[in-house]
Amino acid sequence: MLHIVNKSPFERNALESCLRFGRDGGAVLLIEDGVYAATRGNAAEPRIRQAMGRLKVYALQPDLEARGMQDAVIDGVKLVDYGGFVDLVAEHKVAQSWL
Amino acid sequence: MSESTGDAGMEEEASGTVKKFMFVNRKAPYGTVYALEALEVVLISAAFDQDVSMVFIDDGVYELVKGQNTKATGMKNFSPAYRALEGYDIEKLYVDQESLEARGLTTENLLVPVEVLNAAQMAELMDQQDIVISF
Repeated sequence: MLHIVNKSPFERNALESCLRFGRDGGAVLLIEDGVYAATRGNAAEPRIRQAMGRLKVYALQPDLEARGMQDAVIDGVKLVDYGGFVDLVAEHKVAQSWL
Repeated sequence: MSESTGDAGMEEEASGTVKKFMFVNRKAPYGTVYALEALEVVLISAAFDQDVSMVFIDDGVYELVKGQNTKATGMKNFSPAYRALEGYDIEKLYVDQESLEARGLTTENLLVPVEVLNAAQMAELMDQQDIVISF
């Protein structure tokens, strides 16, 4: 299952819920304001690091760049462009958007 | 009000009623339209010669992050407008310390000079305002 999170971790608990229900081996893609969770020093960093131990964590590079956060990405978070976004959706049987 | 375009009329009007306006920015840019809307309202308020302060708390601090590049998303990068505020005599920019720290940011990461305040200082500043508008 691919979990897609588009909300800031400070604004909503979408990331938290997604990680609570995300099963081992699944994937999480952070987009839009969700990408802030993938940045160093963010209060969500420990949660992301913990999640990377059992899930693949991706972030959409264009959204990181738009927000000026492209140089602050946590090591181990995989960056994808729009094409990569489409590939991830195609690779997984189900994609769930945590709005 | 029929001569609202006259310079003398504007000055007369303004000198009588300068109020302290605070615009509270609490949303990240791009994910919602709040940040851009706030900026537009602030620029309009500048035309009325009011005493304007902008404060950035919670995800609002992300509005001021340096190096925003929206090219690949196809959205408009409005962050340079924060640098232009000075030209409209809007120079009172305040940032909440706790909000910066929770996001791994320092003033080094910001695109304009700001004054960093703790919660007590911010509360005092809010108390001094005539009008507070929150985005």
